[in-house]
Amino acid sequence: MPTITIDDVEIEVERGLTVLQACELLGKEIPRFCYHERLSVAGNCRMCLVEMDRSPKPIASCAMPVGEGMIIRTNTEMVKKAREGVMEFLLINHPLDCPICDQGGECDLQDQAMAYGFDKSRYLENKRAVKDKYLGPLVSTIMTRCIHCTRCIRFAQEIAGVPELGATGRGEHMEVGTYIEKALTSELSGNIVDLCPVGALTSKPYAFNARSWELEKTESIDVMDAIGSSIRVDTRGSEVMRILPRNNDNVNEEWISDKTRHACDGLKRQRLDRPYLRKNGTLTPVNWPEIISVVAQKLSNTNGEKMAAIAGNLSDCESMLALKDLMTGVGCNNLDCRQDNGAVGDVRASYIFNSTIAGIDHADAILIIGCNPRWEAPVLNARIRKRYLTGQLNIGLIGTKLDLTYKYQHLGDDPGSIDDLLAGSSEFSQILNKADRPMVILGSGAVARLDGAVILFKARQLAEKFEMISDDWNGFNLLQSAASRVGGLDLGFKPNNNSALDTLGILKAASSDKLDLIYLLGADEIDASKLGNAFVVYQGHHGDTGAHRADAILPGAAYTEKNATYVNTEGRIQRASMATLPLGDAKEDWSIIRAISGSMANPLPYDTIAQVRQRMIEINPVFSSIDEIVDIEWGIFGKDGTIDKETFEPAIKNFYMTDTISRASITMAECTATANGDVFAEVVSDD
Amino acid sequence: MLKDKDRIFTNIYGHHDAYLAGARSRGDWDDTKTLLGRGRDTIIEEIKASGLRGRGGAGFGTGLKWSFMPKEITDRPHYLVVNADEGEPGTCKDREIMRHDPHKLIEGCLISSFAMGAHAAYIYVRGEFVRETEALQRAIDEAYENSLIGANACGSGWDFDLYVHRGAGAYICGEETALIESLEGKKGQPRLKPPFPANAGLYGCPTTVNNVESIAVVPEILRRGSNWFASFGRPNNTGTKLFNISGHIEQPCTVEEEMSIPLKELINKHAGGVVGGWDNLLAIIPGGASVPLLPKAICDTVLMDFDSLRDVQSGLGTAAIMVMNKSTDIIAAIARLSAFYKHESCGQCTPCREGTGWMSRMMNRMVNGEANVKEIDLLEQVTRQVEGHTICALGDAAAWPVQGLIRHFRPEIEQRINDAKKQSVAA
Amino acid sequence: MNNSNHDPHDLEQFIFSEDTLAAANAEITKYPEGRQASAVMPLLDLAQRQCNGWLPRVAMDYVADFLDMPPIKVYEVATFYTMYNLAPIGKYHVQVCTNLPCWLRGSDDVTAACKKNLGIEFGQTSSNGDFTLSEVECLGACVNAPMIQINDDYYEDLDGITTASILTQLAIGDNPQTGSQVGRNSCEPTGGLTTLTEINIRGSGEE
Repeated sequence: MPTITIDDVEIEVERGLTVLQACELLGKEIPRFCYHERLSVAGNCRMCLVEMDRSPKPIASCAMPVGEGMIIRTNTEMVKKAREGVMEFLLINHPLDCPICDQGGECDLQDQAMAYGFDKSRYLENKRAVKDKYLGPLVSTIMTRCIHCTRCIRFAQEIAGVPELGATGRGEHMEVGTYIEKALTSELSGNIVDLCPVGALTSKPYAFNARSWELEKTESIDVMDAIGSSIRVDTRGSEVMRILPRNNDNVNEEWISDKTRHACDGLKRQRLDRPYLRKNGTLTPVNWPEIISVVAQKLSNTNGEKMAAIAGNLSDCESMLALKDLMTGVGCNNLDCRQDNGAVGDVRASYIFNSTIAGIDHADAILIIGCNPRWEAPVLNARIRKRYLTGQLNIGLIGTKLDLTYKYQHLGDDPGSIDDLLAGSSEFSQILNKADRPMVILGSGAVARLDGAVILFKARQLAEKFEMISDDWNGFNLLQSAASRVGGLDLGFKPNNNSALDTLGILKAASSDKLDLIYLLGADEIDASKLGNAFVVYQGHHGDTGAHRADAILPGAAYTEKNATYVNTEGRIQRASMATLPLGDAKEDWSIIRAISGSMANPLPYDTIAQVRQRMIEINPVFSSIDEIVDIEWGIFGKDGTIDKETFEPAIKNFYMTDTISRASITMAECTATANGDVFAEVVSDD
Repeated sequence: MLKDKDRIFTNIYGHHDAYLAGARSRGDWDDTKTLLGRGRDTIIEEIKASGLRGRGGAGFGTGLKWSFMPKEITDRPHYLVVNADEGEPGTCKDREIMRHDPHKLIEGCLISSFAMGAHAAYIYVRGEFVRETEALQRAIDEAYENSLIGANACGSGWDFDLYVHRGAGAYICGEETALIESLEGKKGQPRLKPPFPANAGLYGCPTTVNNVESIAVVPEILRRGSNWFASFGRPNNTGTKLFNISGHIEQPCTVEEEMSIPLKELINKHAGGVVGGWDNLLAIIPGGASVPLLPKAICDTVLMDFDSLRDVQSGLGTAAIMVMNKSTDIIAAIARLSAFYKHESCGQCTPCREGTGWMSRMMNRMVNGEANVKEIDLLEQVTRQVEGHTICALGDAAAWPVQGLIRHFRPEIEQRINDAKKQSVAA
Repeated sequence: MNNSNHDPHDLEQFIFSEDTLAAANAEITKYPEGRQASAVMPLLDLAQRQCNGWLPRVAMDYVADFLDMPPIKVYEVATFYTMYNLAPIGKYHVQVCTNLPCWLRGSDDVTAACKKNLGIEFGQTSSNGDFTLSEVECLGACVNAPMIQINDDYYEDLDGITTASILTQLAIGDNPQTGSQVGRNSCEPTGGLTTLTEINIRGSGEE
């Protein structure tokens, strides 16, 4: 480990670090614009110049690897002058439009100009003006503000894997953009807004909505997919203004998908803000006491076997627990949290991403089965790409051919290729054989087929045959796409005995009028036309499929409106926090269920969220390990049989609209239209 | 004065056959196999001993540069890349080598590549040199046909391929790492160093980039010996050199002369003297647009070599001499160079992208005196803010001519400004 | 020049002609396997030559596809180098060097002669589409200044009169003499050789 001296302090640092990183270790702040720890080094802004012994010129600390005996100075006149000079150059062509710039208040250029800028301009020439670019419905551009740091270009190329941004022209005419008018085809495009150190790229949906200092910031967890990205919810009053990523190296690093970021306008539309009861065929607003008494009565007076409950994709653990306790308390075991009929449930290892997301960094072979990680978990897909870029990684795909942003071997469209791998007759078998840390990633859609249990069985065989399971590595992964799924299964929100019905059974029974009451906890991704003449209780926050069919509507809270537990696809227990109060008369979900039970014979035995969580731990001890991955046992799962040669269907058909919130989002509707070419065509005709 | 028998480029004017027969008659390809037989290390030592310094502008020791290449050839092939992106204003020497003496370059490529363990070399020729490229390619084809290059080049057992790559109009590609980027099919934006090309150059492989003239003189140095070459010029400034003399002289020309020849002698002897006589001389830019100009007083005595020109705060650069007599609007002359650097800045790093435009705009105002006298200091400061703060040397190159102007002609700039003020008051 | 999406001049489609295709494939062989992107500059040049001297976007996209490169990387290259013309251009591209060495020896006269003879300014194309006039940076023929480049050829040692004569000859379909217009072979001093005069120096005698 080289020893270097920074401002007369000696420090031993890891080989391979840059001078800038070494300075940071000593708490020396080095200003920078182009440098970003998750992107390749560009060294173009020249803001991070420091003095190095025996170098007549200051050096770019972001690009200089540390060397033994190096003597660095960060506080000399030379360094000060260099920084001031670069700052002046950056500002001469930067507009003085901070008062109308959305970046104002959270702008690197603004902040560093305070530290290194002159108080007045010496530039007497005309400032450069640059034409704005169209990058799609999410990213707004004011390119005159661009300081050409190329972070966005590097992000698109390196992280997102869509090399669509570039810098065309040269010299002072160099312009960042796509050159041709074109929306970025990335599910991660919003991240370039965060990366832009100035106001050149800002959020289009958020344009001129708020100033950063007006916002209340709440750290929370995302539910738009099963990754459970760490997010920050920025609110003003009762309104969610925007959602930003939080750094979490284990989960999302510092990226979030465009849906995670921009579906939040869906929180304002089609909301259920008061209880409704169907009276004479019409949903009529009622008050809480009335709805609670009606539902409690129905639950009390209906035969448990004639009832059922389905939990949807956004349900939190607390409410699923309460509902499970409520239903089983009245003798109903027809419960399911798998709207998609996924054939997983008993062995925890069968339904989680055992390798962990960060574990992808260590994999040396990945077999993807019936899954489009780019849509089902864009951030996880970026992690695969990150691993791919470091080399020595073989990827195989069984399923529909897709642009996954990395190269892979296409092994076949249908599950038949799994048999080839098991038989060892596929070339990829050799790759899996040789790999030290092979992974299989099974899509949630792959086990939601009628032969899902067989596919799960074969996938387990693959994992075992290719020795993917060892003491320090578990290469079997089910990539869930619903935020609620792992938590629901961990809580046992599924048929509890052989005669109990699963989602498929519930819908089948209901459609032939064999069920009298069905409780939908945010379950909107089922075929509501199959609910027969059952009395349908819908608890949730959006007027979507479930609410339209409902006889009683219990207005619940969206994920930004409650303190709630979610378990991500890795099995990581995470806590979302309430950023705003539930809308109107809506309430936190577990408390609604608790209130219903209060009007019944046996009230649920918890009155506080802490008690609910204690009960969760009683049911499954994993709930005591917040944010951590708990060791679990491997097991036997799946069912031997013959697989159907039908092509894998993607679990997600439209990335931008997968749940009640994103379906209500205007922004997501725009993204959908753009992805389908609709908005683009409009722009062309306007031009 | 250098004798004809000691000139290396004996067909620089193209009066004779440029191709293989003519080249052979001038001594090219004469037992190249034996030269190669001396071995890699010996060749590098010989070039070091000759004192040959890079002819492309920076003047780095050619032999020393070669010695930075890894000794062992691993799975990463070595490359020689020849910089024929001749674009430094005032410079037009490599052009003549390529069209009139291409075999010297080709033989030089073989020997240099062999010395560095490279089985392939690329000659990056500026795109505008279409005819020069054609001549060079014709000579390369001849060399292949005669087994001088290709498999078992000259019967030496060394396989060697030589390719010509044409540029497409970008001065910055003369910077060695920008040239490599361009050769890889990208914009010509200089790379950060380290890593240096000798470690990670073309395609990430060990690479040396040398100027055309540096490579073309190698065979002659080896044939005649390092002592012969080192006997010309002053110590540390040895050899013969192609000088381009342009501007206000009676007979503009390219000429091969001894290093360290006095500037005045060079001009009077070969270029027919300054138009209007030596006393009509205003200033000379002695080494291509990137080096600061010299006022007449310095030109009277300065020697044309690296050290002598460095001592007068200028540089030998490419040895492209631009002569300006007293009819020259010296401010406009330098303003034209500032416009050039603004046009050629690649745009990658902040000080150059923004600074070249700022300097150029200020210089344009200075030409008409539309400035404040205080702005001369500001202009000077801006050049200092660019200089030494950029990824590559283009920033320095843009700064130095302006610094040279202010250093030697500040009174003229002030005069211009004051005259303009008076005029506007009068009007 | 950015955002050329709706360039009215843009062609509908582009495909290499048989000759160009052969030349393109020959260029690619110069570079190691997997490094075919190195050929982007020569291929763009070939495409431009096939398109009468300019590069429509479809041609850039074609080259990108041909070399398996992201189109943006090709746009970057095409917009970076000055020799790629992104708009249609005259049959003769007259490029006047106005850099210092040429300026010192009368490039202003050359410029004036071009503008007068062609009736256009820098950046313009004559109404008959024959000539496009451009101001360019140093073309590396400084001891033969002032000079211009027309398509692939240099015309050197010019003045206003010889410039006009060259343009006139081209306009009527003649082939003007390329190179020096004052009778020099190349870069030797006009007044007679000062070097390479000794007989018997190697290669300079009669072969």
